[in-house]
Amino acid sequence: MWAFLGSDCMFFGSLIATYLVYKNRSLSGPLPVDVFSIPTTSVSTFVLLMSSMSMVLAYAALRRNRMKTFRIWLASTALMGMTFLAFQVFEFHAFANHEVVVDCTAPIGELTALEQSVAADCEPGQHEIEKQVGLTPRTNLFGSTFFTLTGFHGAHVTLGVVWLLSMFFLSFKKGAVTPEKELNLDLAALYWHFVDIVWIIIFTVVYLFGVFPGF
Amino acid sequence: MTQESQVIQHESAHPTPGTYFKVAMALSAITAIEVAVFYLEFVRHAIIPILVLLSGAKFILVCMYYMHLKFDDRIFSTMFVAGLVTASGVVMALMALFRFFA
Amino acid sequence: MTTVPFAIPRPTHPTGVWSWITTIDHKKIGVLYGVTAFVLFIIGGLEALLMRIQLAGPNQDIVSPEVFNQLFTMHGTTMIFLAVMPLSAAFFNFVIPLQIGARDVAFPRLNAFSYWTFLGGAILLNSSWFLGGATNAGWFGYAPLTSTAQNPGNGIDFWIISLQVLGVASLAAAFNFIVTIVNMRAPGMSFMRMPLFTWMTFITAILLVLAFPVITVALIELYFDRTFGMNFFNVATGGDPVLWQHLFWVFGHPEVYILILPAMGIVSEILPTFAKKPLFGYSTVVLAGAIIAFMGWMVWSHHMFTVGLGPIPTAVFTLTTMAIAVPTGIKIFNWMATIWGGSMEYKAPLLFALGFIALFTIGGISGIMHAMASSDAQQQDTYFIVAHIHYVLFGGAIVAVVGGIYYWFPKITGRMYNEAIGKLNFWVMFVGMNLVFFPMHFLGLDGMPRRIYTYDANMGWSLWNGVSTLGALVLGLSFLIFIYNIVTSWRNGEAADGDPWDGRTLEWSMSSPPPEYNFAEIPTVYDRDAWWAEKRGQVHHGVPVGGGSGEEEHSIHMPQPSYWPIVVSIGLVIAGFGLVYHGTYFAVAAFGVLIGMIGVYAWSFEPVNDPE
Ligand code: HEM
Ligand SMILES: [Cu+2]
Repeated sequence: MWAFLGSDCMFFGSLIATYLVYKNRSLSGPLPVDVFSIPTTSVSTFVLLMSSMSMVLAYAALRRNRMKTFRIWLASTALMGMTFLAFQVFEFHAFANHEVVVDCTAPIGELTALEQSVAADCEPGQHEIEKQVGLTPRTNLFGSTFFTLTGFHGAHVTLGVVWLLSMFFLSFKKGAVTPEKELNLDLAALYWHFVDIVWIIIFTVVYLFGVFPGF
Repeated sequence: MTQESQVIQHESAHPTPGTYFKVAMALSAITAIEVAVFYLEFVRHAIIPILVLLSGAKFILVCMYYMHLKFDDRIFSTMFVAGLVTASGVVMALMALFRFFA
Repeated sequence: MTTVPFAIPRPTHPTGVWSWITTIDHKKIGVLYGVTAFVLFIIGGLEALLMRIQLAGPNQDIVSPEVFNQLFTMHGTTMIFLAVMPLSAAFFNFVIPLQIGARDVAFPRLNAFSYWTFLGGAILLNSSWFLGGATNAGWFGYAPLTSTAQNPGNGIDFWIISLQVLGVASLAAAFNFIVTIVNMRAPGMSFMRMPLFTWMTFITAILLVLAFPVITVALIELYFDRTFGMNFFNVATGGDPVLWQHLFWVFGHPEVYILILPAMGIVSEILPTFAKKPLFGYSTVVLAGAIIAFMGWMVWSHHMFTVGLGPIPTAVFTLTTMAIAVPTGIKIFNWMATIWGGSMEYKAPLLFALGFIALFTIGGISGIMHAMASSDAQQQDTYFIVAHIHYVLFGGAIVAVVGGIYYWFPKITGRMYNEAIGKLNFWVMFVGMNLVFFPMHFLGLDGMPRRIYTYDANMGWSLWNGVSTLGALVLGLSFLIFIYNIVTSWRNGEAADGDPWDGRTLEWSMSSPPPEYNFAEIPTVYDRDAWWAEKRGQVHHGVPVGGGSGEEEHSIHMPQPSYWPIVVSIGLVIAGFGLVYHGTYFAVAAFGVLIGMIGVYAWSFEPVNDPE
């Protein structure tokens, strides 16, 4: 399993490298500053971090053969994973339908690049302009790299949820999930934590650095 | 990944749920600080190193405690660290090659 | 193990086709790997022969330029991913458990899955010949040649998806061998007592595990560009084709070591056996292998010197590339010191091993020549590179693999090959190999570009091209000899005893062919060259140290055959076809994934079937 995780490091490493190499190379918007909402993503990050905690608690409960506690923690881990995924779906959806409202009278210097390009369409005398500038994987380099990177992370989470749920349902069958077979759960847990630490990196490198001006 | 590999050696020294909980608290605290730092005007120019350090700390906490790397056989940690180091090396090298830092 | 209601009992087919389809015995899987990869090697060889015939003289028109492009691309892809890698995998499978004193690999069913997935990937790739034309952008598929604008057919898609499928097979095998080598060694076999072939397999597996994800990502990005119109390598939206080159070679250079390290391991087994001396500088050879693997990550841009990376990267990559030749040289000197003063028995395997040293060294020297960025500017994309890669890959990997086949043939089949024909085989191959590839050095320095489908008489390239094609025919002949020798000896060769070479490692301590369970009793290892020490009755140096946990069982339990590995592989291949044709065919892909999922669940719930 450790070897698999080492391998997965290279997988995400390559995706992150692509993202970073292409950072600031998109020829058109929207860019991270335009679409990211740090508070929302902070919440989903928090949820994922907490799911790691409930995962270890599930593991500890299994080792002590407290099956009920084990199931509760396991189910809540999977549930938090699904919450995280729901956030992600919501976020992708929001990005794809991103809208900007620009004050046509504002001085050009105060507008972001994207707002400037929208403001260029202002009719003389118009006060405000509203336009949909969605971000999809095809829009620009940022879209392609961002959705691929976070999408594959989401796919990893999905796989993890399926795995955890399988173990959850299996645990009702006598003798299928027992303290002696804790190794099986341990592997799932390792995978889960790994997906979590990958998100720690993505959150910092993609989201926080993404909106920071000049980086 | 199945029963066929029961030979994988296993260690005994495991931390308690209490430790796990403390680690979780530390993780949440760090995330909160990260987001807070982000909105603080006066640390603007130092923000990148601060964020790198903080998320590095989170990373290590999860690896060491949750993934019990701290309590595992050396050969496994070597394997994982090899992946990690190679990946970071390649990412850094590619960024340098594409003049990211220039 | 409890039985699950819907679990199907495990198959029990001692013989016949089903026994091969459901087998999870590492020895049988090794043979499957070997035979399949050899057939694919012959296909790749025929592709090469066609190209050589086309190039035999100037202005020939035997194949069209379009077909020529497909030929060289498929030749390269086939030889690397479908021939050399799986031939190495055949040896891993057959030899590793025997060498480390185990009854099987760590995950026998995963092992079967690797094989079937490899076969599926091979079929997927080659089916493109008949489904609208094979890939034609070179084995490294440089962007933007692979874009939909340049390459609207689905040859590229077949290439992308089959490489992904093959990647799954290789990764599964690599994990399996890492765990096997870490956990299943016989008691007493510490890391520094492992046979060299095991060591090189271990290093190769680690390289595989780290290198393949990179190409996976690059291929995913390319696939997304082609299928969903994303922008990764699309210049019009700011994408950079050079990124493809970087990602490809970040994988590509470690990949060449994945190809050569197993061959080095084979040679390091053959030489001591026939020189009757221990390998000179065991720990140095191991260390050199590890250093090569490590440094293999720091040289990739030497494939891109002419891209114009700027003076600093060029200088750095020149230096690292030159440095990586040092551990390689160390190995060569160690091999020479091993045979120095040995009581040599010039049997066929030894001839191949010696041939390897000579030919590989020539390839290493031309490598150093284009490690120098300034001279590489002249050599890049010429036949000089073609000469280099074939000295290292044919003269290196293939020659060592053929030697390995002769070496382990008695163990695998329980019969001896014909020694005289084996020696003849070596000499024909050696002469043919040099006839084909040595003139390519001259052609390259004369400026002949690689991958051209024809040339004009006044270029002055006709003579050496003619010689090279003649050599290709000789080389073809050598493989006919090889096949003849293998087939007739397998049928009615002399019976071989367990230890025909007076061998040094554990695989020679059992009967030939080995019993299904390999070791009736798991041996305890006290020394390097464990079997040699055992035979010579050397004093056991103290207690066995380190090593894996081994298996302390008293009765022998062998895992039983299984249907599910092949089911999961079939699901994967169906999914692959769906992805190639995309659009509405994604439904087919989903169906394939479904089959795969069912297979995985059935696999996990399979009863062990043990009458315990
Ligand atoms: C002494 C060690 C070696 C050195 C210094 C070396 C150096 C190089 C360099 C600089 C190139 C790029 C040439 C160009 O495209 O202009 C190259 C190409 C290549 N090398 Fe090596 N090499 C070495 C050993 C090997 C080995 C052991 C293998 C494989 C078993 C190998 C396989 C290849 C292949 C396949 C290519 C060509 C890739 C392509 O363009 O299609 N090399 N080598
Ligand atoms: Cu290279």
